[in-house]
Amino acid sequence: MINTDVLVIGAGPTGLFCVHQLGIIGLKCEVVDNLDKRGGQCIELYPDKPIFDIPAISECTGEELTNSLIEQIKPFKTNFHLSDRVEEIKKNNNNWLIKTIKGKEFKASSIIIAGGVGSFEPRKFSVKECEKFEGKEILYSVKDKSIFKDKTVSIFGGGDSALDWTIELSNNSKVQLIHRRDEFRGVQSSVNKVKQLEKEGKVEILTQYQLSSVKGENKIKSIEIKHDDGSIKKIETNYVLGFFGLIMKLGPIVNWGLNLDKKHIPVNTENFETNQKGIFAIGDICTYPGKVKLILSGFHEGALAARGCFKYARPDEKLRFEFSTTSKSIHERLGVKK
Amino acid sequence: MPKITYIEHIGKSHTIDIPKGLSVMEGAIQNNIPGIDADCGGGMACATCHVYVKEEWFDKLPKKEDGEEDMIDMAYEPNKFSRLSCQLIVSNELEGLVVNLPEKQA
Repeated sequence: MINTDVLVIGAGPTGLFCVHQLGIIGLKCEVVDNLDKRGGQCIELYPDKPIFDIPAISECTGEELTNSLIEQIKPFKTNFHLSDRVEEIKKNNNNWLIKTIKGKEFKASSIIIAGGVGSFEPRKFSVKECEKFEGKEILYSVKDKSIFKDKTVSIFGGGDSALDWTIELSNNSKVQLIHRRDEFRGVQSSVNKVKQLEKEGKVEILTQYQLSSVKGENKIKSIEIKHDDGSIKKIETNYVLGFFGLIMKLGPIVNWGLNLDKKHIPVNTENFETNQKGIFAIGDICTYPGKVKLILSGFHEGALAARGCFKYARPDEKLRFEFSTTSKSIHERLGVKK
Repeated sequence: MPKITYIEHIGKSHTIDIPKGLSVMEGAIQNNIPGIDADCGGGMACATCHVYVKEEWFDKLPKKEDGEEDMIDMAYEPNKFSRLSCQLIVSNELEGLVVNLPEKQA
């Protein structure tokens, strides 16, 4: 059991800056995120895209913003629990008990949800019969590539993951690459490589096709793919890989007794607390009159939510407002040398 | 105000006056039309505001920007009339536009 003042859910820009604001006022926190790295949507959806509306920064990429935020919170030596997801929370006297899917347990007086629009999960095939094969012969990520040796693998998608795995698996497997249109969005060098492999007869490329059905009892025997012109093609195959990027799912948050407005959590704008005492929501996941989904709004929300946590973490103390320019205690927390 | 018609997957139709300048996505969200999620809020980063544009309308719309077709690759059951509704800005030219919503967004 890890004891802390605040558990922060989500390591996107809003969660990262909130760590800073908690640190500044002397509260300890631990952060859990479903992704294997920090940065949230900034790093997962648009690491290379420029952002132009961060105050005082004319232009930076999602990755640069993430790195700067990580740099800024270094003095607080915060623990990040990545590739993990908060599954269960329970009220226990004045604390929340929190459990993750990996079995980690936390005790905290407050929880700050900075969860974006939920946790990232792979997008799946829309065909119903896929469900019973998912995790076995229908996969959305590769953990052990040796299972494909000498088998037939049908890869769906047009991005880098689909292209990279097509190239990689073509060494030891029979591979079809299937995509809904002729253009691929992956890097040009990979597209060229895949086309070269096709010429050499090592890969079959089928475009303007989408999956229409899956056949098989306990194991997949074949799939059918449908061309834009309506014609159907049958392929005998052993494995089906789908690479359609990630989607955000609210996940277990819906079970925590929080009011929900569509996929958002209503909060008050005084301290961004939810209907549950001691649970705060900031960033894209929260909603209130006038809410805009800007990173800078998330920063503001985090600053106020951090202060909102203080009364739960230090019920006998009053939080004194201080400026980082002059406060001795803030300088100590930041490790500023005189 | 231009009238935009949203037809849900189950066939239920909603014709709504949408102020010029809003996107077709925002028009749906602000009027609580079920079937558009718009997770990323209009950043062409999630493909959860995917719609099928009525055939006769498709060629009249402004062409797709770079990146929209790439995102549509990830949409739920895309076809050749697929667009992201966050990229369709309501104007007089869009008066009477009809879009069909997919069964779900993901």
